[in-house]
Amino acid sequence: MRDRSPDLRIHDFQEVDPGLNGQEAIAEAMLCLQCKKPLCVDGCPVGIDIPGFIAQVAEGNFLAAYEIIRSENMLPAICGRVCPQEVQCEGACVLANKGSPVAIGALERFVADRAREETDPKPPALAEQTGKRVAVVGSGPAGVTAAAELVRRGHSVTIFESLHEAGGVLIYGIPEFRLPKEVVRAEIEGVKDLGVTVHLNHLAGRSITPEELLGHDAVFLAMGAGLPHFMGIDGENLNGVYSANEFLTRVNLMHADRFPESDTPVMQGRRVAVVGGGNVAMDAARVARRLGAEAALIYRRREEDMPARKAETEHAKEEGVRFITCANPVKIYGEQSVTGIECLRMDLQGTDESGRPVPRPVEGSNFVVDADLCIIAIGQSPNPLLARMIPGLRLGKRGTVLVDDDGRTSIPHVFAGGDISTGAATVITAMGSAKVAAVAIDRMLMEQG
Amino acid sequence: MYRIKEKKELADGIYECWIEAPHISRHARAGQFLVLRIDDSGERIPLTISGVDGDDVRVIYMAVGKTTHYLASLGEGDLIRDVAGPLGTPATIRDYGTCVVIGGGVGIACTPIIAKELREAGNRVIGIIGARNAGLLICEDEMRDVCDELFVCTDDGSSGYHGFPAGLLKRELEALSIDAVWIIGPAIMMKITSEVTRPYGVKTFVSLNPIMVDGTGMCGSCRVTVGGETKFACVDGPEFDAHQVDFDELMRRQRIYLDQEKEALALYQNHECRCMGDRKHA
Ligand SMILES: Cc1cc2nc3c(=O)[nH]c(=O)nc-3n(C[C@H](O)[C@H](O)[C@H](O)COP(=O)(O)OP(=O)(O)OC[C@H]3O[C@@H](n4cnc5c(N)ncnc54)[C@H](O)[C@@H]3O)c2cc1C
Ligand SMILES: Cc1cc2nc3c(=O)[nH]c(=O)nc-3n(C[C@H](O)[C@H](O)[C@H](O)COP(=O)(O)OP(=O)(O)OC[C@H]3O[C@@H](n4cnc5c(N)ncnc54)[C@H](O)[C@@H]3O)c2cc1C
Ligand code: FES
Repeated sequence: MRDRSPDLRIHDFQEVDPGLNGQEAIAEAMLCLQCKKPLCVDGCPVGIDIPGFIAQVAEGNFLAAYEIIRSENMLPAICGRVCPQEVQCEGACVLANKGSPVAIGALERFVADRAREETDPKPPALAEQTGKRVAVVGSGPAGVTAAAELVRRGHSVTIFESLHEAGGVLIYGIPEFRLPKEVVRAEIEGVKDLGVTVHLNHLAGRSITPEELLGHDAVFLAMGAGLPHFMGIDGENLNGVYSANEFLTRVNLMHADRFPESDTPVMQGRRVAVVGGGNVAMDAARVARRLGAEAALIYRRREEDMPARKAETEHAKEEGVRFITCANPVKIYGEQSVTGIECLRMDLQGTDESGRPVPRPVEGSNFVVDADLCIIAIGQSPNPLLARMIPGLRLGKRGTVLVDDDGRTSIPHVFAGGDISTGAATVITAMGSAKVAAVAIDRMLMEQG
Repeated sequence: MYRIKEKKELADGIYECWIEAPHISRHARAGQFLVLRIDDSGERIPLTISGVDGDDVRVIYMAVGKTTHYLASLGEGDLIRDVAGPLGTPATIRDYGTCVVIGGGVGIACTPIIAKELREAGNRVIGIIGARNAGLLICEDEMRDVCDELFVCTDDGSSGYHGFPAGLLKRELEALSIDAVWIIGPAIMMKITSEVTRPYGVKTFVSLNPIMVDGTGMCGSCRVTVGGETKFACVDGPEFDAHQVDFDELMRRQRIYLDQEKEALALYQNHECRCMGDRKHA
């Protein structure tokens, strides 16, 4: 809403948007028309009673609003910040047609932040213990959501997470200035308070064998899509070439921005080139700016075709990230370390299945982008390790775990959700699929008696 | 938190540490490693699992930089924030016939567990261990126990054969029919030593040690080129066919953070001096 000035924010990792205050929130909530058939709720993958919580905000009952949101969404302070509301609830809001929808995301964030700051919100009521044991693999939004839903229904839930901190991409990927880690920690603590056990430093498949995992009454797989793609071009293993995952993990999870107080280093670069045009690429470029580098983004289509949220491309531009569009790298130069990236111009013709123009290289159009650091953000695929170790688990062409509408895999008591089954998607779709699977898991466990 | 059960200095600057980590000890196999992070601001560093006893796992490490020096300063009863594992694909143990297992420097630490599993699989195992001098030799008795035969060498001749493991290996290759060779040590030693087996066409494995972050296949920091293809050493390895490895690339990538590593170590040692000074005052 009121972003901090780009000149200020490129020097720190504090949030770009400081959020609404109480008065602003009430004023915004009053704009809601309280539609009889609220389209916004249809636009929400987890079906939050949006008019319901907004009505409470308008009355100044912030905690009551929080209870309404939390009955459907355990991670509202996170979703309020990173959901693509423009294509979900806010995109469906009737006021959107007239120009500006109710700022549902900002309200959700306000309500969650207020609840976290002011009170110790009481944990939702739990059902009686069923004695059923459920294993969840991965502590990203999908794993955490499924765990919360299942523990609420009285099952005993253990999450196995390979990293030293829970949260998945929320902790290691999305930078502090978009999603403060303190917010993530608080919401995950809320889930742990329900009674979910979290085993960190446990790589399922290795620290616990597939057989041990399958020995649980039910299993929910939520390993995410963390396998970084590389381009397969010359020079890609030079020093100074990072996957976006590595660059972001070094800074977000390992705090390399605070080196040497923090022990993990990162190459900061003076001229950083980021390849890609999604949220991940924007995040990498904006982190590079904050570490003091000039940053350019190399993308093969036009700016309007970039898959990143519009707000993020705008933020990146405000912060001085240069966009080099209709270009694709063919070679990275350097002896020890990167000195430049050779690109080809792309000509756009026709459209593909997704409706975006198809880029074709223009022969002889080679040019070189000067850079001492190159960050590759062209996508990730599902984490293959565990999925390949489970006998009989059917996988799709791109390594996704195949599931039916209930999130059930080819093994009857094994379910999956989030990026491992959809391929790289969003926080809220991961949560939505986890909720669906949790309901199906609960039904299966209760039918067994 | 993971407790240090036992810790001692094995040789000058080389330490052994037993850590209580049942989730690792239960399933660890030869050739696998763990990743540890000492405290909240610590770096994640990979160390080979060199032994298992009940709930405890052993690491043997050389104090080279900030994290390994810090680890060397800890003792029995101290806690390590995070220990993840077992990571990596286990060594390809089967019945080959006659195998040679070679360790160089602190790389010797990784050899007893491999030699032991090879022997249990029915192989005749010849061990070769080498270090700069006698004072830096580790695990000699342990290797003698698990190998059918053990040869020792030092660069300066202060113990055993005067020269590099490559020399002893060549001698064995001339004398015997050898079916598989493991070489573990500094990258340059693995590169040179594996050239010895190439003309004989003997299957040769090395365990690569690129810089890692997660150790679970999610970042690509550990990428190495093997047979012209990019592999992630933390999941596809760390063991690879020596004759396919691009060692020059590995050595180049190991140097990425040299400047920062020096800075971090200097800061740590400076700080350590001051703390020790304070303690003396008190
Ligand atoms: C940089 C970046 C920015 C993004 N920005 C946005 C955004 O603004 N809005 C949005 O909606 N989405 C965004 N996304 C996408 C979103 O973060 C993901 O879709 C979402 O996190 C997927 O959730 P998940 O629970 O399926 O998996 P993840 O969040 O990936 O979590 C999976 C977890 O499983 C663990 N794991 C994997 N394998 C194992 C194993 N074998 N054993 C134990 N643990 C294991 C991993 O360590 C990880 O912690 C972004 C993604 C990235 C990378
Ligand atoms: C699979 C694997 C197994 C290993 N096993 C052992 C072992 O059993 N005993 C042992 O002494 N050493 C082992 N190493 C090397 C060990 O990880 C490094 O010595 C250690 O990380 C150095 O950290 P530092 O902070 O003390 O030194 P630094 O000053 O940070 O670095 C010294 C050198 O160690 C390497 N290094 C630095 N950071 C890392 C990192 N995060 N990952 C990997 N290498 C790094 C670099 O080449 C660097 O130049 C292993 C490495 C790998 C990849
Ligand atoms: S260390 Fe990150 S992928 Fe291997």
